[in-house]
Amino acid sequence: MKLKSTMSTIAAVLAIILVVVGCTPKKEENGTTDTGNAGTATSKVFRMNLSTEPPTLDPAQSQDQVSFTVLNGLYEGLTRKNEAGEVVPGIAEKWDISEDGKTYTFHLRDAKWSNGDPVTAGDFEFSWKRALDPQLKPEPSAYAYQLYYIENAESYNTGGGATVDQVGVKAKDDKTLEVKLNSATPYFLSLMSFQTYFPVHKSVKDNEAWAASASTIISNGPFKMSDWQKSTSIKLVPNDNYYAKDEVKLAGVQFVMVPDSLTELNMYKTDELDWAGKPTGEIPADQIEALRGSNKDEFYQKGIASMYYYLLNTKEKPFTNEKIRKAFSMALTRKDITDKVTKAGEIPAYGLVPPGIKGETEEYRTEVKDDYFTEDLAEAKKLLAEGMQELGVTKLDPIKLTFNTSDNHKRVAQAVAEMWHKNLGVDVEIQNQEWGVFLENRNKLNYQVARAGWGADYNDPMTYIDLFTSKSGNNNTGYASKEYDDLVAKAYAEQDTKKRMELFKQAEKLFMDARAIVPLYYYSDVYLEKPGFKGIFIDYKGDIDYTRGYYEG
Amino acid sequence: MIRFVLKKLLFIFVSLFVLASATFFLMKAIPGNPFMSEKEIPRAIKEMLEAKYGLNEPIWKQYLTYMNNLLHLDLGMSMKQQYTTVASIIGTGFLYSLQLGIFAIILSIVAGVLLGIIAALNHRKFLDTFTILLAVLGVSIPNFVVAAGLQYFLGVKLRWFDVAGLNDPTDYVLPMIALAVLPAAFIARLTRSSMLEVLTADYIKTARAKGLSGRVILVRHALRNAILPVVTYIGPMTANIITGSVVVEQVFGIGGLGKFFVNSITNRDYTLIMGLTLFYAVILMAARFLTDLAYAFIDPRIKLSSRKEG
Repeated sequence: MKLKSTMSTIAAVLAIILVVVGCTPKKEENGTTDTGNAGTATSKVFRMNLSTEPPTLDPAQSQDQVSFTVLNGLYEGLTRKNEAGEVVPGIAEKWDISEDGKTYTFHLRDAKWSNGDPVTAGDFEFSWKRALDPQLKPEPSAYAYQLYYIENAESYNTGGGATVDQVGVKAKDDKTLEVKLNSATPYFLSLMSFQTYFPVHKSVKDNEAWAASASTIISNGPFKMSDWQKSTSIKLVPNDNYYAKDEVKLAGVQFVMVPDSLTELNMYKTDELDWAGKPTGEIPADQIEALRGSNKDEFYQKGIASMYYYLLNTKEKPFTNEKIRKAFSMALTRKDITDKVTKAGEIPAYGLVPPGIKGETEEYRTEVKDDYFTEDLAEAKKLLAEGMQELGVTKLDPIKLTFNTSDNHKRVAQAVAEMWHKNLGVDVEIQNQEWGVFLENRNKLNYQVARAGWGADYNDPMTYIDLFTSKSGNNNTGYASKEYDDLVAKAYAEQDTKKRMELFKQAEKLFMDARAIVPLYYYSDVYLEKPGFKGIFIDYKGDIDYTRGYYEG
Repeated sequence: MIRFVLKKLLFIFVSLFVLASATFFLMKAIPGNPFMSEKEIPRAIKEMLEAKYGLNEPIWKQYLTYMNNLLHLDLGMSMKQQYTTVASIIGTGFLYSLQLGIFAIILSIVAGVLLGIIAALNHRKFLDTFTILLAVLGVSIPNFVVAAGLQYFLGVKLRWFDVAGLNDPTDYVLPMIALAVLPAAFIARLTRSSMLEVLTADYIKTARAKGLSGRVILVRHALRNAILPVVTYIGPMTANIITGSVVVEQVFGIGGLGKFFVNSITNRDYTLIMGLTLFYAVILMAARFLTDLAYAFIDPRIKLSSRKEG
């Protein structure tokens, strides 16, 4: 009997604790997040996951997709790109290009910063020179090389002698920006929407830490910073001073930073997110098939200009032998990998340049077929036997296939190992390595077969073709061909689009014939989007653009 | 007593020094650097960056610089999160872990003791078996499974709680439960067994013979003694909950300290790795120290033995 009253005392204590817990300090952002679903039909807040805190929101320092996703809403460069990846006017209304293709003159429109100051040509000159400044705080920009197309930029940035005044960017007046390039660069306009080319407000030079808090970020794009809770959330609201503010229909953009992909999906299901998956989130691989059926009106997959491939170390046996390299890339049935292993709508790859990259008039990949080889198992076996004879061996030692630790990489590696074993009779050991260790081994050619991935930096085949020149820091295969280097050099110097594409075609064929890589597939981005949101898209290279999105319920 | 404290403090200081040195050299021994990425950056830029952070210096010099800064309590700037000091990352992240941790500790003590008493009072009856079954489950199911289960059933299916984040007070409930399950189960078992022991003790029989009410016996005589083992468990438990909430925080998308620990290593964010390692070490050692101190106060035998040694 007495026990009951003890129990009720304890129950009361428990209740009090729950109340105390309930009264923990509320975070300020709460008041604003509620607008998520409360707005009118056309002015909703768009909510997506970044997975992690952006390492920086300084356009000059940004190198990753997470920070770019936020910056793309905050800033606007001289040009923008549309869904098809084409260049459309941005802060620059129009531009003139000189005969030799080396001088660009941009004419700026009347645009304002979020604090009301006008956006001038001087802002661009200041910002680009700032990004190139070897004394930039807190550290020199790792992405400064994206500006090396500009005359004397590299020399100034790396202390090669050029002064800041010699860098080839000059504000003629408030509305005219003249840019001198080292050589004609046909894709230069498309670079203008890349983060390193975004302008920053001149006030940043007085405050080193300006990019680290919401209150000091002055932006010139469709949105401005409203709130930044470190490691938790970022909120953007429309920028009233944006020149095309009528085109901005969203009431705001809310980014959360949830690292777990299953949590992200659960948040989407319970209506806490409007978008889940790529580019800055992830749909758990084992859920893709189920979602394709259960949420088929919200499920999207979009091919992007990005490739998944294996590198072959051409400096180490047996891949010193071209026939053996050929055999290994022939002895895979890629469709089985994309249909049964990765299952996100990837496209089997047989070339170096992925679809989505612009060619002469259409996509490069449409104009130049990637039929450099076929999956011919009998031929593969024959080539392997011949190759082994040339090397003077009768049996191959087990091949080591390395990849950086990740479930997806592991599944692909297991499938490939199985196919090579079955189709060629070679034993394959798969080995995962921690990211830093893996990169170091790959750079030092300390591997036999290694995973690699590459995404486009700009909309031109060059972003892939110059990867495998002998001096490229990302080659990592030991492949070095004078002929290839010459073709790439010629393409750099060539201005005529048709001739450039012809040079790319020759270079790609030359490289694929040497087969220093085993192309596996061209990536596809999988994401879920709540019905009603329109005008939000993933562009050719996999960047999300929500700036002109709207809601129509 | 003062000697005892001083000795313990000296031991902590030496341990921290050894730990800092070992971590520093191990961290430098693993391949990679903070500026690596799938897209290799040009050599000239990489060298500028290395010079900026003193990574081009010989290791021993970097070590001396770091230790010198550490003596001035300067943990430095993160090499990945720009304009962010290591101290501020620890400050912000730890606040989340601490808030959650404290609630989880309170919950586990209350729930654990309560269940333990219920079990002991119903010794060998249904409620006892049931509670023990719960406790066994609680001890054996890892907290991330509990977290994912709670999220799915109470968040996605029943929609009683938000799936992730810490925006509303109710958002604390699920992660708090997930963190509290294991220690609560453990406390329940501790309480039950010491309660059973105490309840058969002579002084309880005396109290009963005196005709005291069941509640008075339970609260004033039995529980007070039975709870001693629980008190000694609170120190290590606190440290465990506060430093061990990584996975639960991950599942509920809470920006606590745990995820920085993992990410800092992947990113080779040297200053952050050092800062976090030392911070966790200080927490764990402080918890041990306080527990030792508490023992010394509660149990005179410990004071004696330490005097003998000293």
